[in-house]
Amino acid sequence: MPVAERRLVLKHVDQPGYTVDIDCYLRHGGYEELRKALTMKPAEIVNEVKISGMRGRGGAGFSCGLKWSFIDPTKNTKPVYVICNADESEPGTFKDKQIIYKDPHQLIEGMVISCFANNAHLSYIYIRGEFTEGAKILERTIAEARERNFLGKNILGTGFDLDIYVHRGAGAYICGEETGLIESLEGKRAYPRIKPPYFPAVLGLYMSPTIVNNVETLCNAKHIIAMGGAEYAKLGKPNNTGTRCLCVSGDVVKPGYFEFEVGHITMGELLYDVCGGPRPGRKFKAIIPGGSSAKVMRADDVYKLKKRGPDGTTVETQLAFNDVPIDFDTLSAVGTMAGSGGIIVMDDSRDMAQCLANIAEFYAHESCGQCTPCREGSLWMKKITSRIAAGHGRPEDRALLKNVAHNIGGRTICAFGEACAWPVESFIAKFPEEFDPKPPAVPVEAPAPRTPAAFQPTP
Amino acid sequence: MHPPVNPLEGDVHSSTGEIIPDTRHSHDGHFACSEVVITPEFQDQGDEIMTHYPASRRSAVLPLLHLWQETHGFISEQAIEWIAGMIRLQTINVLEVVTFYPMFRRHPAGKIQVKVCRTLSCALGGGYELRDYLLKKLNVGEPDAHGLATSADGTYSVEFVECLASCGTAPVIMINDDFYESVTHDKADALLAAHPLAPANNPPSA
Repeated sequence: MPVAERRLVLKHVDQPGYTVDIDCYLRHGGYEELRKALTMKPAEIVNEVKISGMRGRGGAGFSCGLKWSFIDPTKNTKPVYVICNADESEPGTFKDKQIIYKDPHQLIEGMVISCFANNAHLSYIYIRGEFTEGAKILERTIAEARERNFLGKNILGTGFDLDIYVHRGAGAYICGEETGLIESLEGKRAYPRIKPPYFPAVLGLYMSPTIVNNVETLCNAKHIIAMGGAEYAKLGKPNNTGTRCLCVSGDVVKPGYFEFEVGHITMGELLYDVCGGPRPGRKFKAIIPGGSSAKVMRADDVYKLKKRGPDGTTVETQLAFNDVPIDFDTLSAVGTMAGSGGIIVMDDSRDMAQCLANIAEFYAHESCGQCTPCREGSLWMKKITSRIAAGHGRPEDRALLKNVAHNIGGRTICAFGEACAWPVESFIAKFPEEFDPKPPAVPVEAPAPRTPAAFQPTP
Repeated sequence: MHPPVNPLEGDVHSSTGEIIPDTRHSHDGHFACSEVVITPEFQDQGDEIMTHYPASRRSAVLPLLHLWQETHGFISEQAIEWIAGMIRLQTINVLEVVTFYPMFRRHPAGKIQVKVCRTLSCALGGGYELRDYLLKKLNVGEPDAHGLATSADGTYSVEFVECLASCGTAPVIMINDDFYESVTHDKADALLAAHPLAPANNPPSA
């Protein structure tokens, strides 16, 4: 029996007959939570979100209620901004797109609630530039909500004013980093800011207090109001509450997006029962559990975990890959992260050097160029992995790659440094033999190609 | 008559620092110098965008660049000057943004622009083979230093882009602003044949 999905955010996505217009949304109980939230005090809403224990769904897994509580509207003389991060660009992740394209009013309702809770009167949705259609859908959605007075001046007669605008990015991955996003929204290059002092909650957009939340996080705000924080906290596991959208792609029979209570499904259940297992005649080999920045896992991994028992003694337990529950804490305990929920699966036909070369090329393309270790290191990692993948590897390459990667993490302004170093470090640690020189596919004298060779399944 | 190529008008290669002469100036005249007319409707659209950013005019840079590129195809010197005027800053403040974001072009691409996702899930699903197939099928030649391959008549261009956020339905392409998922070679053929801008669907008028 596959574990049953628990759809909150994706409840109406792909439901037959469900459309994106406001009448359909209202027929399904839309904007009821907003009416309820507007009868509460902003501080009460922040408190409910805190009690819910919901952690941000963008990738870092930071407590949403805590983020909100950094802003004290009573002490602020500057305006507060709420920004929706819809720059979904972590490879392997495609959940926010489903919400934006198929249930956009849910996002707007979540945003109005969040803005009311934080006393923000101007809010932006930063959507990635390639979602041209998504941006149009959201603009129509905002216009409809404004017509019905769920947005604009004096919302539903409460005296609360709010405007939301859609702001399109233009193809830069780094805009998903919250301070890079803020710079971009200010009309500059998306160079992430140094923290401290530029914590968004203190010095964010236009040097004002700012909250940046992921699409799924903002939608969850609506469900927390509907259920109450305490009831929401019963979903999932302690410190890993609520539901989570998971996106599975790569070498499985049935890839797709799903929503489960956090930690209620294991890797094995998800990949075999829900996604139909590997393609015929194949076996799973490597799994990236939380977007391409997360450290890779081996399908035959067995992890040793230390748990503190109720009597205070430490017990060591073993956990096979298939039994790893998908939640924030377990995935970090086994040395990787839940990240953005994008799970990329590779089977035994894949050459890990080619897969890593592909990821390294992505990060080399997307490094913003602000910090030297990342700007230079990402290009070198691309160059070295490409030559290994093309069969021009050198005996010293493995050590060289490790050395380059170790010199990026922790030496950059933003987490992109770690994001590009982790895949390299983990692929080499988990599959060292695949990064040794192999017999070249083409004569050695030929120059290495600019891009890694096409993915050819090995027999 | 082809104007001589001024190497200083070329772009600087991002990693080698070499100047890449812009040879595309020559094949259909000197488009880089031709100015477009700013219509009142276009100006109104620009002014409407400005109202979204009450706290800072500079924030309108990206949407104004999108507006220009969607209307006029690419970001020309004229575009940069017009936007600098709109946000009341120097042209360099616009140019630095144009060169940072991959979606903005400083040269025209094909009328039908095919973007193929290159990143891991699509690569596993056959994205590289699909790109190679399209390069050949559309006869666009080899990609230039920016990764863009455009056919000689300016109808098609093909390029790789990074993750398009539809990984579960790999491989994914965009044709102009439209997304297509699970694209086989046959599906790509059908999509391109049915495209309203395809030459077969636009017989030259007598």
